[in-house]
Amino acid sequence: MIDWLTPRASSFAGDIDWLFALILGFVGFWFVVAEVVLFSFLFKFRRRRNARARYVTGTLKTEKRWISVPHVLIILCDVVIIAATLSVWAAVKQSFPPAQEKVRIVAQQWAWTFVHPGPDGALDTADDVTTIDELHVKTDTTYHFELTAKDVLHSFSVPAFRLKQDAVPGRVITGWFKPTTPGQYDVQCAEICGIGHGLMPARITVETKEQHDQWLRRAAAPAGGLVATGPGGTPWR
Amino acid sequence: MALTVDAEHTVPARRRGAPASHDGHRGAPAAHGGHHGPTSFWSTYVFSTDHKVIGLQYMFTGMVMALIGGFMAYAFRMQLAFPDQPVPGFGLVTPNVYNSLVTNHGAIMIFWVAMPMLIAGFGNFLIPLMIGCDDMVFPRLNRLSYQLFFVSAIVLLASFVVPGGGFGGAWTSYPPLSSSGTFNHTPWGAPLWLAAVAIEFIAFLLGGINFITTAMNARAPGMRMWDIPMVVWMIVIASILFMASAGPLIAGAIMLLLDQVAGTHFFTPAAGGDPLLWQHLFWFFGHPEVYVVLLPAMGIVAEVITVHARKKLFAYKTILYTTAGTAAFSFVVWAHHQFVAGIDPRMANLFTITTLLISIPIGEMLFCYIATLWGGSIEFKTSMLFGVAFLAEFLLGGVTGIFLGASAVDVYLHDTYFVVAHFHYTFVPIAIIAVFAGIYHWYPKMFGRLMDETLGKIHFWGTIIGFNTIFLPLFVTGAAGDHRRIYSYQHFQQLATDGLQSLRVVATVGMLIMLLAQTAFIVNFVRSLVRGAPAAANPWRANTLEWAAPSPPPHGNFAEMPTVYRGPYEYSVPGRTEDYWPQNVPA
Repeated sequence: MIDWLTPRASSFAGDIDWLFALILGFVGFWFVVAEVVLFSFLFKFRRRRNARARYVTGTLKTEKRWISVPHVLIILCDVVIIAATLSVWAAVKQSFPPAQEKVRIVAQQWAWTFVHPGPDGALDTADDVTTIDELHVKTDTTYHFELTAKDVLHSFSVPAFRLKQDAVPGRVITGWFKPTTPGQYDVQCAEICGIGHGLMPARITVETKEQHDQWLRRAAAPAGGLVATGPGGTPWR
Repeated sequence: MALTVDAEHTVPARRRGAPASHDGHRGAPAAHGGHHGPTSFWSTYVFSTDHKVIGLQYMFTGMVMALIGGFMAYAFRMQLAFPDQPVPGFGLVTPNVYNSLVTNHGAIMIFWVAMPMLIAGFGNFLIPLMIGCDDMVFPRLNRLSYQLFFVSAIVLLASFVVPGGGFGGAWTSYPPLSSSGTFNHTPWGAPLWLAAVAIEFIAFLLGGINFITTAMNARAPGMRMWDIPMVVWMIVIASILFMASAGPLIAGAIMLLLDQVAGTHFFTPAAGGDPLLWQHLFWFFGHPEVYVVLLPAMGIVAEVITVHARKKLFAYKTILYTTAGTAAFSFVVWAHHQFVAGIDPRMANLFTITTLLISIPIGEMLFCYIATLWGGSIEFKTSMLFGVAFLAEFLLGGVTGIFLGASAVDVYLHDTYFVVAHFHYTFVPIAIIAVFAGIYHWYPKMFGRLMDETLGKIHFWGTIIGFNTIFLPLFVTGAAGDHRRIYSYQHFQQLATDGLQSLRVVATVGMLIMLLAQTAFIVNFVRSLVRGAPAAANPWRANTLEWAAPSPPPHGNFAEMPTVYRGPYEYSVPGRTEDYWPQNVPA
């Protein structure tokens, strides 16, 4: 359902959307039932001439059933939702598949710095490619990211990946994603970080392996140096 | 008081469990000598120790702050709908002004509107009247509480006009942004904001101890635990909740203030501090806080729907137990605000479980309320409309919380407008809809006059239609990826679409409708003070003790101190000609 509103571009986006739909099914049912009951009571028991309200204490067993039966049903729904949530959460945030690539993400007031390993595939070597506000990744590759912040809290948020992780200064937080669909997607800062919080957009470019290698070679070439400037600060219209 | 002795003779033996001490304010100078109230303007309305005056002071301050908070919402929603256009009556909303507006809108609506209206306003006005005593047990502490609250509001308002402007680091005030002027660019605004919050908390701690003590010790003879009206129970439980949760936040606020002004580094990672510590302290308070304001609102709604449906509250004890259960549970759900904050992912599982389980007692309470309406004879006075609207709207706020309590969905929805829409569907029913239900219901008692029903209904429909027009579209923009506290979405390619922008405009139109509808309330409120039809002592034919006092009640409340013979919800009892049976009328 979320994919009607924003594209899916990571391996776990579908799981999160599925969980959203599952919860929507359960709570939507209860919401509709409760509202229908509420409004039907309001209509049926509106004041009429000579009609007197009934005296109901809600303490008899037969009356309590109206509360206790839904109560048990809600517990059952909760158990199903909890089980589904825990399994999706474990896959997204708890247990990572082995890394095929690594990338370092540094947030600061008000820009993103992305460090891609160069052709040698390792970070902190001479051929690293550093970009500002522009992250390049390839499809069907499991990335582990090392996320940190220089000054205040930020949050690395990629709606198309259904991914969000706060960046905390003084900590390096590891997470993962596996892009699936080529394209360009928004990166947001989702934690208020000062005056420029709304001016921290970056772009993530998901490309095929061939395109990515081509980009990397060009970027890592000595003349390429620092490939900078994504859309940061430029209005789209 | 002689009354205690009388009670020994008149109250049935089985009802003697209630505390004998009925003397509300022993030691308060104003109370001695048969409740002759103060006479000068200053001692009657400004420095009064009368619980009703203090309650109304809290309410009026809350209403003024609500107008300020509402005006802020007007300014930033106009900016969101029409980016970078000057807002009529306000001016250009720049990024730092935007941040300051959303920060203070949130802080004002929670700390300076919901809290003073629901807990302090209604708590002060209702508790002594509903339990049948003459005043709070600590009247001067009560006066001090309001005075501190007033100072806190002044400090907050002052923070908008200092060099650098008002604080803009969100009402959650996460460090290191909040702890350093280098980062937040409001070196004066941030500490003043924090000081205002801390002073306000001290005010409510003083109020809370008063509510708890009064309700436990000063009840009318014959009023047993199960005879206490639900709203009094709920305010007392909310006060316990507040007092138990505020400590960590006040400690945290002092640490943060020291970080800001004294160069300490409790929350600065570079010097060995930890920013996540603040988040735990804040939300350890912040989540119980939701229930601190929810419970009094549900209490108000319980009183309103029973009176206007002429029904006994369905399963009083079940509601009370689920309330206590919810209150206890609310202490172990706080980290659901921090699923993606960098806490250990395994810990998130625990908080997902507790958060989803808290839906059970809350759901049960709402079911009991709906069941109360069954078989009723419902008259749709304005207060009743607001009362049932609370149930209808809060349901949506409740169920959407499930999405966010589920950690794996929160990964996507965290800090989006889905969250904004969700908590406005809880807080607007609480702090706006239930408060209006209470004001329309108790206005005749407060001022001795009736409000106009036609203006009331215009106000009701304008508020409800406006409210839903604001926040239903925001569930969609949130699910589409609109993140919070962004002054303009034009910088984000996926969000700068015509479809999403038109939803933002719809929300802003809803906000204008809702704000406009409040003029009907203000006119009604002021006009009824002068021209409203005089109200009898008990215009709604209600059972609880406040309706046994004259409208408005004089200093000392009751001409003759009441004795309680039954529970508060004996409506439509079979075999009686009248469909109500006041608590203080002998069998």
